[in-house]
Amino acid sequence: MRELRLMKGNEAIAEAAIRCGVDAYYGYPITPQSEIMEYLTMEEPHKRTGMVVLQAESEIASIHMVYGAAGCGKMTMTSSSSPGISLMAEAISYMAGAELPCLIINVQRGGPGLGTIQPGQADYFQATKGGGHGDYNLIVLAPSSVQEMADFVGLSFDLAFKYRNPVLMLSDGAIGQMMEKVYLPAQKERLTDEEIEKRYSDWATFGKKANRERNIITSLSLESEVQEKHNFKLQAKYAKISQDEVRFERIACDDAEYLLVGYGTSARICQKVIQLGREKGIKIGLLRPITLWPFPSEEISKLANQVKGILSVEMSAGQMVYDVKLAVEGKVKVMHFGRFGGMIPSPDEVLHALEEKLIHN
Amino acid sequence: MTEEIIIAGFGGQGVLSMGKILAYSGIMQDQEVSWMPSYGPEMRGGTANVTVILSSERISSPVINRFDTAIILNQQSMDKFEKMVKPGGVLLYDNNGITHPPTRKDINIYLVEAAKESALMGSTITFNMIVLGAYLQIKPIVNMENVIKGLKKSIPERHHKMLPLNEQAILRGHEIVKQIQETKSILV
Amino acid sequence: MENTITAQDIIRDGELVFKKTACLTDNVLSYCPGCGHGVAHRILMEVIDEMGIQSQTIGVSPVGCSVLAYDFMNIDMQGAAHGRAPAVATGIKRVFPNKFVFTYQGDGDLAAIGTAETIHACNRGENIVIIFINNGIYGMTGGQMAPTTLPNMKSSTTPYGRDVKMMGHPIKMTEIVATLPGTCFVTRQAVHTPAAVNRSKKAIRKAFENQKLNKGLSFIEIVSNCNSGWKMTPVKSNKWMEENMFPYYPLGDIKDL
Repeated sequence: MRELRLMKGNEAIAEAAIRCGVDAYYGYPITPQSEIMEYLTMEEPHKRTGMVVLQAESEIASIHMVYGAAGCGKMTMTSSSSPGISLMAEAISYMAGAELPCLIINVQRGGPGLGTIQPGQADYFQATKGGGHGDYNLIVLAPSSVQEMADFVGLSFDLAFKYRNPVLMLSDGAIGQMMEKVYLPAQKERLTDEEIEKRYSDWATFGKKANRERNIITSLSLESEVQEKHNFKLQAKYAKISQDEVRFERIACDDAEYLLVGYGTSARICQKVIQLGREKGIKIGLLRPITLWPFPSEEISKLANQVKGILSVEMSAGQMVYDVKLAVEGKVKVMHFGRFGGMIPSPDEVLHALEEKLIHN
Repeated sequence: MTEEIIIAGFGGQGVLSMGKILAYSGIMQDQEVSWMPSYGPEMRGGTANVTVILSSERISSPVINRFDTAIILNQQSMDKFEKMVKPGGVLLYDNNGITHPPTRKDINIYLVEAAKESALMGSTITFNMIVLGAYLQIKPIVNMENVIKGLKKSIPERHHKMLPLNEQAILRGHEIVKQIQETKSILV
Repeated sequence: MENTITAQDIIRDGELVFKKTACLTDNVLSYCPGCGHGVAHRILMEVIDEMGIQSQTIGVSPVGCSVLAYDFMNIDMQGAAHGRAPAVATGIKRVFPNKFVFTYQGDGDLAAIGTAETIHACNRGENIVIIFINNGIYGMTGGQMAPTTLPNMKSSTTPYGRDVKMMGHPIKMTEIVATLPGTCFVTRQAVHTPAAVNRSKKAIRKAFENQKLNKGLSFIEIVSNCNSGWKMTPVKSNKWMEENMFPYYPLGDIKDL
């Protein structure tokens, strides 16, 4: 039976990581996600499962430690918040290039710069459009509850190893800090070294065996023809992911005349807006992207044929709205509403914005 | 049933833990719950508040700006949250340090002198449990049995010897509100 | 072609004096003729061969001239980002504590951009080996100033010589890491003479033996030449190294616990 607990989102990630059989966590403290490493060190997972937890000297070091362990075929993760993720951009690009599976968690805070420690969603571009250099994509999952913080740890690793690609969980300070009911997964055994060597013998480094060529983890190929070929291979993989891994949730969409698009904390607020709007006779629905990359463009395009207007609700100055507009292709009016810099919009504000921008306009 | 509560006061008054006990009690009673703290510099003194929602349905926004109940334990919080109580809602406050008592006429206001009571009980740590007891007398959204279970879950085991004192404080809160309720009904 | 001479014609029984270790690949080294990297690669791989640990060793290559070390070393390897090799090696060693892990880094990689990673891996006493090739210059990018470039030494970014008032003094990483409790063996060696090569190889062997015993981090600096970057013939560059590099970077063990 799954165990029920009241936990913070950050703690739920940490406990789920232990239970999913994660091999290593390397991290560096930053608000509002430090509870992840604090919980892990308190739990002493090396005693529970043999999981490694190490506090590095910087986000740069922690993500490169992830690179090293991921290159060994181990289930490896790190977590940080916005400024720390910027520091990790280098290695994230390298890992995308070297096709290393791993989980990176961004419990976003408001920016730019040191910004604030309050929640934000202004790292959408960084998460979905790059962050690091080069043509690459991360699979980006956006949990909107403490339960999903726990559930997406296992899902992230499934996807990361399926496609040999880094997965980013784009959360925010509100979900990281809030407590909700969470059903925890059952404890899974960590893979043994022998199992890893058997499963990933075609790419992971664990010591060259006599019966195979050496395995090399690298993102470098100095010959342009080879590098282009590698890029084509990556693009083919991204196309496959785009086709097969789009995830979203439709809430009250069937009869909706106005559509909200929101993820994470914003999606929670939007659910209240649906209720408030419907009390006033405005039929509002919500499309909640669960994967921000790949983005549920097709579903939004379909809904654009049905509704009179779409409002993208984000704790940013307007980032995801560009993807919504691309999906809608001008079929209906698409507007943005956001609070940012650490501010969380209230349901009333969002409803007001919807009325102002889409109904009375 | 959905009950949306803000608990607000100074750091160190047990605001967050009171919310946590309430949330845990809700879980014991098969409710959906959310506990959304203000965090950051507030953790290091200054004001602290937590939004707790208990509901029989899936909880939508954990962040709200209108509350069924506001539990207010300092003046800054009174200034901020009195106006956010829904008409017909409840405002429960302790008057220690309150210079401007609430003035709204469209809500039910309860003054619970918990700081004074906790001093009388000989232990100021009972303060937040007196407040919790008072609230649960006004809105019995979770029964006492589940509150005790919630209390046990949210207090580390090494502090379980404090459970009887906490229970006593909750009951004292009940009584205070009972007296207020009786007086009110006499007035009516 | 009947007159073609094959290796078998030259290497006759009893005449073989040197055989390349199987831990080196057959790829042609990309280093400039006269450069010390090739020798350093060879003795490192010979140690791994002689210890019989090829199947348990994971190497980490840097960014710099030895960025393609994995083309020449016939072992499982990971290419790290610039300066991050000690962090990558930490990540590997922590999940494979019983395997042998080393980094192979140049001076720009280890002593400039990767200073923090180097210091902290040493300070944590990671059970790894760090091989540090110090030739006082950025070779791969075309001879720019390194953190270890000597005072008044010319480079493409110090065309009038390194002015220590403006650019600071050359950094002695080996002396620095020797002060950290996490290091167990810290030494400075060279590979410019057969005797020096032998001493370097012994040091590398000791470093891997230390790793086997979980003694902590072994740090081996190899002061080397960069005849291309220094714009000298190989022979002259080695002489210049002896006269100028060794006085500032004296050879020998600094710490051996």
